[in-house]
Amino acid sequence: MAEADRPPSYLAAGYTIRSWLTTHDHKRIGILFAIAITAFFFIGGAAATMIRIELATPAGDFVTDDTYNKLFTIHGVVMVWFFLIPSIPTTLGNFLIPMMIGARDLAFPRLNLASWYLYVLGGAFTVATLIAGGVDTGWTFYTPYSSIYSNSHVMLAVVGVFVVGFSSIFTGLNFIVTIHTMRAPGMTWFRLPLFVWATYATSLVMVLATPVLAMTLSLIGIERLLGIGVFDPALGGDPLLFQHLFWFYSHPAVYIMILPAMGVASEIITCFARNRVFGYRFMASAILAIAVIGFLVWGHHMFVSGQSVYAGFVFSFLSFVVAVPSAIKVFNWTATLYRGDISFEAPMLYALGFVGLFTIGGLTGLFLAATALDVHLRDTYFVIAHFHYIMVGGSVMAYLGGIHFWWPKITGRLYHEGIARFAAILMFCGFNLTFFPQYLLGYEGMIRRYHEYPPQFQLLNVLSSAGASILALSYLMPLAYLAWSLWRGAPATANPWQAQGLEWQTASPPPTHNFEAAPLVTHAPYAYR
Amino acid sequence: MPTAEARTGVALQFDDADQRHEAAKLGMWTFLATEVLFFGVLFAAYTVSRIRYPEAFALAGGHTDLLLGGCETAVLITSSATMSLALRGVRIGASRAALALLGVTALLGVAFVCIHGLEYYHEYGEHLVPQLDFSFDEPHAREAELFFWLYYVMTGFHVLHVLIGVAVISAMGALVWRRRVGPDYDAPVELTGLYWSFVDVVWIFLFPTFYLVAR
Amino acid sequence: MSGFHLLEPRASTFASSYDWLFFTMVVMCSVVAIGVFVVLTVFSIRYRRGASVDRTPFSGSSHPIEYAWTITPFLIFLGIFVWAAILYAEAKTPPPGALDVSVVAKQWMWKLQHSEGRREINELHLPLGRPVRLVMTSEDVIHSFYVPAFRVKQDVLPGRYTELWFQATRTGEYPLECAEYCGTDHARMTGRIIVMQPAQYATWLSRGNLAPSMAAAGEERFRSLGCSGCHGANASVHAPKLEGVFGHPVHLSDGRTVIADESYIRDSILLPTKDVVAGFVPIMPSFQGQVSEGDLLELIAYIKSLANAAPPPRQR
Repeated sequence: MAEADRPPSYLAAGYTIRSWLTTHDHKRIGILFAIAITAFFFIGGAAATMIRIELATPAGDFVTDDTYNKLFTIHGVVMVWFFLIPSIPTTLGNFLIPMMIGARDLAFPRLNLASWYLYVLGGAFTVATLIAGGVDTGWTFYTPYSSIYSNSHVMLAVVGVFVVGFSSIFTGLNFIVTIHTMRAPGMTWFRLPLFVWATYATSLVMVLATPVLAMTLSLIGIERLLGIGVFDPALGGDPLLFQHLFWFYSHPAVYIMILPAMGVASEIITCFARNRVFGYRFMASAILAIAVIGFLVWGHHMFVSGQSVYAGFVFSFLSFVVAVPSAIKVFNWTATLYRGDISFEAPMLYALGFVGLFTIGGLTGLFLAATALDVHLRDTYFVIAHFHYIMVGGSVMAYLGGIHFWWPKITGRLYHEGIARFAAILMFCGFNLTFFPQYLLGYEGMIRRYHEYPPQFQLLNVLSSAGASILALSYLMPLAYLAWSLWRGAPATANPWQAQGLEWQTASPPPTHNFEAAPLVTHAPYAYR
Repeated sequence: MPTAEARTGVALQFDDADQRHEAAKLGMWTFLATEVLFFGVLFAAYTVSRIRYPEAFALAGGHTDLLLGGCETAVLITSSATMSLALRGVRIGASRAALALLGVTALLGVAFVCIHGLEYYHEYGEHLVPQLDFSFDEPHAREAELFFWLYYVMTGFHVLHVLIGVAVISAMGALVWRRRVGPDYDAPVELTGLYWSFVDVVWIFLFPTFYLVAR
Repeated sequence: MSGFHLLEPRASTFASSYDWLFFTMVVMCSVVAIGVFVVLTVFSIRYRRGASVDRTPFSGSSHPIEYAWTITPFLIFLGIFVWAAILYAEAKTPPPGALDVSVVAKQWMWKLQHSEGRREINELHLPLGRPVRLVMTSEDVIHSFYVPAFRVKQDVLPGRYTELWFQATRTGEYPLECAEYCGTDHARMTGRIIVMQPAQYATWLSRGNLAPSMAAAGEERFRSLGCSGCHGANASVHAPKLEGVFGHPVHLSDGRTVIADESYIRDSILLPTKDVVAGFVPIMPSFQGQVSEGDLLELIAYIKSLANAAPPPRQR
């Protein structure tokens, strides 16, 4: 089709702010989300920066103890609910899912926009919490501290998370319905790219787990506001009930954070190794298995909480079971490289970094799943290192890899490859320097959520803080060069990576309605050979 | 592409009306699944508390108004029947009957809420509202208070859902009146019916939970 | 409390078993991690674009190898699970004859009391080589009693008792830390465990503030609160006698049988109508609000001291 006849790209369909704020286009909504979550990423990152500055010395001398408690709380709340959980699904998921299945938009475009507004409203409550003076309960809101004893702005924080939870639910609902009912002709379930499988499984978890969080937080609010409650032992309540309810959501929530990243990794690795994914059906089954079994393991956060020993055995066993599909995925990604034709552009560097760091994080999860070992390690820096390896070394790297991979498609521009590769490698190194020492600190017995610590831990803390400064730089770099590419980047062709997948069959950036004609799918995904 | 919509008569993300209908139904069922989990937390809290304090809950349960609770059950079940009939009316094109039945359903929903209001008012008079001059003369007063706050929170959330349902049913009435729904496009009414049935089912669980304890 | 050391000291019987499992896991996980890294690197180099190497696609079914690398990890995980579960069960089962110590945690300090009566704040003196059992509760929020050198940790909850046991194997001082976020001074809720030779411990115990033993204090409380009015030898009210009760089964009116442990006694004082003994009516008043956590622990110590006493002859 000649240039003049081509329908305008979705970016050209209206230049006013209003056209963006009232859009129904899933691609524009994806960008709205990307802007919002980036802002919150840097808010959470600012809190982390202050934490690492405080922890560079043993004495609690940079901020007061109360301030420190508020810093780690807001770091957790913002990073979990306002960055990690929405990140890949609402940005890359929103943008790509309809295109990957050959649809013109999601099933419920207005619900999609509502989801963004709910995110922003929830974010407003969280910012209000910060401005009002902060909340100091930890992102886990354990009772009775949060429901009775804390003097900080728990209600505001809880309302913010409640609202953003509904954003999550609506997004998940939209994806489930879209993937079930709107696939293009010939796009059977087993021809779907793994990113779609991952988003689908994530959506199941979002939809089933988040309501539990919503109600649990409501109960904290009711207990705080009205002085009645089921978590207060003085009234016959049980603080352990809170932990069960909270972790029933929050454990599946970590799978919301990692499954989309796994989907992104599969897309990138197959493209840059120019190979079919090894064991497609096992990979898809593993994704579903992780989502389902992930609902059954929450008690591994409670081995020393006062839960019964037998419950501990059951949760420990299931936690080991859920590690098996993750292991399968790592082996399959590795095998996808076998006899491939591999190049190392920035997305591939991020994806390989993801596999490596996720492997380390996952292996350390085995320590925590082992009941006896968790006794010593729980609430120490070992746990912090474990989940940062998965969430930051894993999810964030995969998110950035995906942003780079699909950047030409989304923006129609190419970023500067050399700087991008440098930033990826810098991130990998900075990350390891920040978080590997924390495994050692944890085994040594350094407790989390402490603003001061015994002097023998200082060396490892200094290494960690030094790493954090490198990591911070490596996050600022993509912000800079990606933004720069919007003005000065070379224009991208429809398929600069020569990738498979329906999204690459249309222009970069795509027209508003994605495809000029509905595609017909006739073969399996990843037809790189 | 406006031409696509003009051709198929459905919003442009959908290929045809069938796909839209399928998507709408799956969307409502998924939403109802989230509601099950939402209420599930409260039922879990109730279950845990009841297992710990069976005598307290038995004593406290004797203070709920079985007659009014029974009336509420009858009203809500009837409203589910009228809702189904209204949907059938829409499907066969009997729009006046459908409108009347939707009106009856909404009124029954309002009646449900009013009976509940009466119940709450009585209970306030009997000093059974926690934090508002609560006093319980029988043993286990502290755990009885737990029973009652669970009662108010759970029935309260349910009443909220009934009110939302009444509003949506009224909106459906407006759609029928303006002939925006009919035999060829009944999805909004069908989905409303699904939601209303769900609200009814939640009550079917709430009723024995609070009104039939040790009775 | 010296400078930086890579290996945390092992000062309890559990710590040695712990470290065996821990370091086995470290070796195993390192092997797997290094293995994955090496394979990734080798493939990346060997199959890089531009290298002339055989790239014919792998034909044949991938299933055998996939089943292999599904089942093998699962079996290894099963092994770790079982090993850890056995250790965990041991860690949760105090041996008989353990030395009992009561712990009451509050924001932001630890209050400990030996059964002989001596109290400590943020410190715990212990004899070497004897199992010690802590019965713990909190006055406010959830705390967690953690001794890294012993590799033991247990959350301390308000409104109920949790227990922790260990046996020290080395003399010395070891840090005690609160391991569950509890508010402003969470980081300062630390202390020391001081392990001494048994003879030194006995000397230490007999010195210091001449507090009565917990059981003696409990007996005093038993009288002053009026418990002996119903449960004493000359009571006219039909109430269960408490001699020979602690640690033994109790038959309840609803048909269940429970062991009379610390939690049972505590509940009986605070929630007397919860577990009524068979053959008795629920007329005991609750002492909720009249007894502090410390009082409760003393009363329990007293009732525990009656465990081996013979029940008084039946009154007619």
